[in-house]
Amino acid sequence: MPYLLPSDVLVWLLVAAVAAYGWYCHRYAHLSVPWARVFRSPAAVASAVVLSAYLAIGLLDSLHFRPALPAKPGATEKAYSTEVLSMLDLGLAQLRGRAEKTYSAPLATRSYAKEQVELPGGKQARDFPRLRFGGAQLQDEADWAEDVARRVLAGFAVAALAFAAFAFLIRWLRRRRPEVPWNAALVAVGVLLFLAGPAFALSTHYHMLGTDKVGQDVFYLALKSIRTSLVIGTVTTLVLLPVGIGLGTMAGYFRGWVDDLIQYVYTTLNSIPGVLLIAAAVLMMQVVIERNAEWFSLAAQRADVRLLVLCAILGFTSWTGLARLLRGETLKLSQLEYIQAAHAFGVRDSHILARHILPNVSHIVIIAMVMDFSGLVLAEAVLSYVGVGVDPSTNSFGTMINAARMEMSREPVVWWALATAFTFMLALVLAANLFADAVRDGFDPRVRM
Amino acid sequence: MLTYIVRRVLYAIPILIGVNLITFALFFIVNTPEDMARMQLGAKRVTPEAIDKWKAERGYDLPLVWNPTEESLYNKATRTIFVQKSVKLFLFDFGYSEDKRDIANEVKSRMWPSLALAIPVFILGLVVCVTFALLMAFFRATYLDFWGVVLCVAMMSISALFYIIGGQYLFSKVWNLVPISGYAGGLDAAKFMILPVLIGVVGGIGGSSRWYRTLFLEEIGKDYVRAARAKGLAESVVMFRHVLRNALIPILTGVVVVIPLLFLGSLLTESFFGIPGLGSYTIDAIQAQDFAVVRSMVFIGSVFYIVGLILTDISYTLVDPRIRFE
Amino acid sequence: MLPIAQLALTLLLAGCGQVWNDPYPAADRGKNVLYSVFADRPKHLDPAQSYATDESQFTMQIYEPPLQYHYLKRPYELIPGTALEVPQPKVVEKGGAVFSVYEIRIRPGIMFQPHPAFVEGSFDLGKERIEKLVTPYQLPLGTRELTADDYIYQIKRLAHPQLHVPIFGLMSEYILGLKEYAAALKNARKPGEWLDLRQHKLEGVERVDAHTYRVTLKGRYPQFAYWLAMHFFSPMPWEAEKFFAQAGMAEKNFTIDWWPLGTGAFMLTENDPNSRMVLERNPNYRGVPYPSEGEPGDEKAGLLADAGKPMPFIDRAVYTREREAIPLWNKFLQGYYDSSGIGSDNFDQAVRITAEGDAGLTAEMEARGIRMDTSIEPTVFYLGANWLDPVIGGSQGAEAAERARKLRQAIGIAVDWEEYLSVFANGRGVPSHSPLAPGIFGFREGKEGMNPVTHEWQDGKAVRRPIEAARKLLAEAGYPEGRDAKTGQPLVLYLDTTSRGPGDKAFIDWWRKQFAKLSIQFEPRQTDWNRFQEKLRKGSTQLFIVGWRADYPDPENFMFLLNGAQARVKSGGENASNYSNPEYDALFAKMRHMPNSPERQEVIDRMVETFRRDAPWIGGFHRKSFGLYHGWLGNLKPNEMADNKLRYYRIDPAGRAAARQEWNRPIVWPAILIVLAIIAGTIPAIRSYRRRERMAARLAA
Repeated sequence: MPYLLPSDVLVWLLVAAVAAYGWYCHRYAHLSVPWARVFRSPAAVASAVVLSAYLAIGLLDSLHFRPALPAKPGATEKAYSTEVLSMLDLGLAQLRGRAEKTYSAPLATRSYAKEQVELPGGKQARDFPRLRFGGAQLQDEADWAEDVARRVLAGFAVAALAFAAFAFLIRWLRRRRPEVPWNAALVAVGVLLFLAGPAFALSTHYHMLGTDKVGQDVFYLALKSIRTSLVIGTVTTLVLLPVGIGLGTMAGYFRGWVDDLIQYVYTTLNSIPGVLLIAAAVLMMQVVIERNAEWFSLAAQRADVRLLVLCAILGFTSWTGLARLLRGETLKLSQLEYIQAAHAFGVRDSHILARHILPNVSHIVIIAMVMDFSGLVLAEAVLSYVGVGVDPSTNSFGTMINAARMEMSREPVVWWALATAFTFMLALVLAANLFADAVRDGFDPRVRM
Repeated sequence: MLTYIVRRVLYAIPILIGVNLITFALFFIVNTPEDMARMQLGAKRVTPEAIDKWKAERGYDLPLVWNPTEESLYNKATRTIFVQKSVKLFLFDFGYSEDKRDIANEVKSRMWPSLALAIPVFILGLVVCVTFALLMAFFRATYLDFWGVVLCVAMMSISALFYIIGGQYLFSKVWNLVPISGYAGGLDAAKFMILPVLIGVVGGIGGSSRWYRTLFLEEIGKDYVRAARAKGLAESVVMFRHVLRNALIPILTGVVVVIPLLFLGSLLTESFFGIPGLGSYTIDAIQAQDFAVVRSMVFIGSVFYIVGLILTDISYTLVDPRIRFE
Repeated sequence: MLPIAQLALTLLLAGCGQVWNDPYPAADRGKNVLYSVFADRPKHLDPAQSYATDESQFTMQIYEPPLQYHYLKRPYELIPGTALEVPQPKVVEKGGAVFSVYEIRIRPGIMFQPHPAFVEGSFDLGKERIEKLVTPYQLPLGTRELTADDYIYQIKRLAHPQLHVPIFGLMSEYILGLKEYAAALKNARKPGEWLDLRQHKLEGVERVDAHTYRVTLKGRYPQFAYWLAMHFFSPMPWEAEKFFAQAGMAEKNFTIDWWPLGTGAFMLTENDPNSRMVLERNPNYRGVPYPSEGEPGDEKAGLLADAGKPMPFIDRAVYTREREAIPLWNKFLQGYYDSSGIGSDNFDQAVRITAEGDAGLTAEMEARGIRMDTSIEPTVFYLGANWLDPVIGGSQGAEAAERARKLRQAIGIAVDWEEYLSVFANGRGVPSHSPLAPGIFGFREGKEGMNPVTHEWQDGKAVRRPIEAARKLLAEAGYPEGRDAKTGQPLVLYLDTTSRGPGDKAFIDWWRKQFAKLSIQFEPRQTDWNRFQEKLRKGSTQLFIVGWRADYPDPENFMFLLNGAQARVKSGGENASNYSNPEYDALFAKMRHMPNSPERQEVIDRMVETFRRDAPWIGGFHRKSFGLYHGWLGNLKPNEMADNKLRYYRIDPAGRAAARQEWNRPIVWPAILIVLAIIAGTIPAIRSYRRRERMAARLAA
């Protein structure tokens, strides 16, 4: 049974909005030119490729359903599991289902901790037990290296095929749009493919990045964490934008007591140390959610609402920066002749704001949106780490790092969970930052942020 | 000038009231006085009488914001937790924490560890970042600049958590160079502070240097710099005498606002390194639902923020005599 | 660059043969000092108000109640502390009511620690003088002899209107006149003035002579002797209260709650609950000899080597605050803490088990001479089922109760506590088969101690029954394969927990797995601690996990957790599952006043049997404290009841210094490498700079 979580609705709405915006830009030259400028930078193209890979995973993970329980004779209606899965879970069923007992190293065939095991003779000994799934197809562990190599090569072969197909596509694209640095895209796609190919070839029979404390595949956890990061980075701006744009332009346009009031609100909000404000608000919402547990029939729903609430709180506490920028810009704009003229002609304020001011500050909004993204992804990790972030049942980089931190003091050290979170996060944030830079340069290199 | 400052100080009062109101609302939507009492009294053998006693002792037996049992309107509005607890705050009388320790005393003793961490991070960070940014601006449009920016972006893409976890793991655990955590007063503080300060500085390099670099480049593009160069001044002289000096204005003004916040310390670093500063004090208080402390710390934080804003405005006039306050 | 290289070189030379990461002052190296930790700042050090386990690691070194537990003997045995003997209650009948009278004789000649309160003229110091003090010990110090009045004064303090005494409710039911006394004090108290309790007489406590006093209890309460071994009944000189009642003291945090005053082996001389607490040897301590008998095996373990020697053996104990498990663990491995301190989690607040490294001794740790001691704590953690719940409780009519009972039993088989312990607690615990923790009278070992509902006996050990048995029970309960037999709807069960931190995902996942074994749909409800307690009070939970740590080693202190009269919803008692079974309650009433005897064992067996059949707790575990100690720490034996352990410990400072030296050799080359890399990074910049400067010059020319 398809099942829409509240955040899914927002995510797909956002996708629709971005698509509509793209179509709109395509029609108007003054909007499409800056974007074309953005995509002339090789770094932007390469990071766009990486971001789309993340986005694809995130979107797949935003199609949820509740699996049906096996039909029962006598049951009048179909019953569904309380667990909510996504299309990504379906695709990664291999990874999800194969939980070990506890830690195992990347590509290991044996557990990371010694345990009491029964020897063939019936005697007991302390040894590293074989994993239930990792490398279970191996009859003899001596074949391990050969098996891994074979799988990696197979992965490379598939990747090479896909790469060739893509290169062909690029040739066609290059002819249509020669100004775009397609080589950068080709390189990025190539790197991704040559990483993904072996990864998937290996992960069907091994835990490519090891397992965590309760034996879950770390690679799977990292892939599941992507959606949380993306939701935080994008949905938050949904809250932030209307508040920031509305208050910022109003303060700059009307001035007088409106300006004073809005300035008062944001100075007050700003003067409370940010982390404290967010922590207090998160704790408060948590209590509200917990007091009304009957609103949510499923834990997944509750966790999801908590994620959205976190987005809302981050939005409400971080609109001040954007509002301040827009206020300044609007102040400048409203002095310009044509706006003064519109005023003189008796054009309504709302009309002036919507038709004249807003389009002229939209570049700032777009730059702010892309610049905020990486900051929000990093903030999520810190907040979840501190314990005021997402629900513990939600996969996120913050919860992964938190769990992994404990492992750093084990002897011998369990490094793979932390390393995985680090790599996945770095790739995402780096790509986002590079893309944001290009967007800023494309739209207005003089806006300082 | 003086009237301007007086006006700004007066303007601070409604802000502080607003801050106080927000803290109050956020705290008491989550907690009831009864929750606080239970939290303080523990889980074992708690009787309703004990809870009532606890509340009465600390003045939490009043209604939150409106007291309908009182006769006069004045008393209805003032015989409440909010008013009773807020008035003293504005007189900088913080009172006692819920576990009966003097808050002013506590702030006094915890201020030093916070400052011992914050000031070196601040100064060293500023020096390192400005130097790095200046170098990048000097080598603008060369491969050095390009890789410098790449390094910055890469560094700012790493979560602060990794810097701390990684630094602690390598320097303290593997290489045995510094103590893992802790604090000591006086000169002994140095060995505890090296690592957190280093991490604080390194963690900030990426973002700040990149931002300073754009400021420098903007300055370099200006006519007077070109004129100076045309005059035949050496590049380094141009950089130091003109570009750095003029770009310092936006840098410093942007930074002054941050100084008071240093007072509250870095919440994350303090808790990781076991530094008994104000940041960890606040976190502790939130966890222990100690309203008196949370409220006082937020109040102090906002007071310093406002002071910072005023200082920024004043510093504008100092660096740019053209700005006058009417 | 040159200065940097120079600096590196000097650092390198200075670093030879020295440790760099020593968190303690260099002056303390090689001294007879014990280093330990505390996690949460103590809330109270006042013996009347403190109740948490991590506070007693301080209070019990300072305060001496009349009785104490023997350090080495097991099962735990009460022996005299400052008393001359363990008092035997005299039962008296008066006017149809029964009273028990305890006469306690105090050893003469015991002196208090040095303290300014005992010096004449220190009751009116004046504000300015107090303002300048850093610790009260900067004032002239005095002492005096411990008398029965000090004990009486403390018992009176239990009813003090300004103190929050956690056991006041319980004690006012027993100590004659305590309730009325509290009311009288409330009236007598004048705000802002010190309330002198000596002026008010308490009916149930009587001074016989300077070293003897009597306590009269209503009815029989054999467990009272255990309370006499807790800090609530330690002596408190009136001078201390008067001293700290001076104006200006509280602003400096000089209160009896922060600066304890006792007769024990140590005194608290440095009190900074944010970072460190220091206990120093009490110079007036009488030097109680180290015990000369113990359990068999103690001799061989070297625990009797110091027999008869006057205690304490260490001069100072430094407790550092360590909020995070990781620094604690690492500092322990580096030799900066003498024990790992595992097991002092804040018990009563939540089930919070963290994995502080691998607790099993690795070969490397063994090579370092680290030893491990485990002992089962007098605790029980359990998955409780709310008796008032329509699905899983037992109070909804006979047929529903029977279904729910089978359901509970089925879950009892499915929830694999053995795995829980190995995953989340590194095996630090034993699954419970009854409410009683091992080591408590009434607990049974082996096959008799096994819960036959959930386990079966195989090859000499208890093995969890196969999951098929649980499925069968589930079908009998009317939920074949986790679906309601009538409607076909899946059975959904809710677990309330306070585990909602970012690290608790694994915990939730594990629970889901357990219920999935029976195809039961599982929904966790994570709440904060306050909300959780509120739900328990209102009875709106279904399944929940709570824990209990016993106050004293008596079965009564565990069995009362299931007493119907103590139900949480009805009476706010400690019976969180609201279990109520008249048969059990009757047995409990009989058992609580019995002395330990075969008859008592029999009654307990019957109670346990009822408990297993009804399964109001769906399994659980008893936690094991797990201490890791360095080789240089001697005379160490885990003791879950005695808290005054510090005086028994012995330290080999030379061995410790050598080990620290060896384990903490600084590795400098990576740091040098980093510096070199930075220098190397500047080389192209310099080259480029030179080029540019030349170019500029040429252009200018």
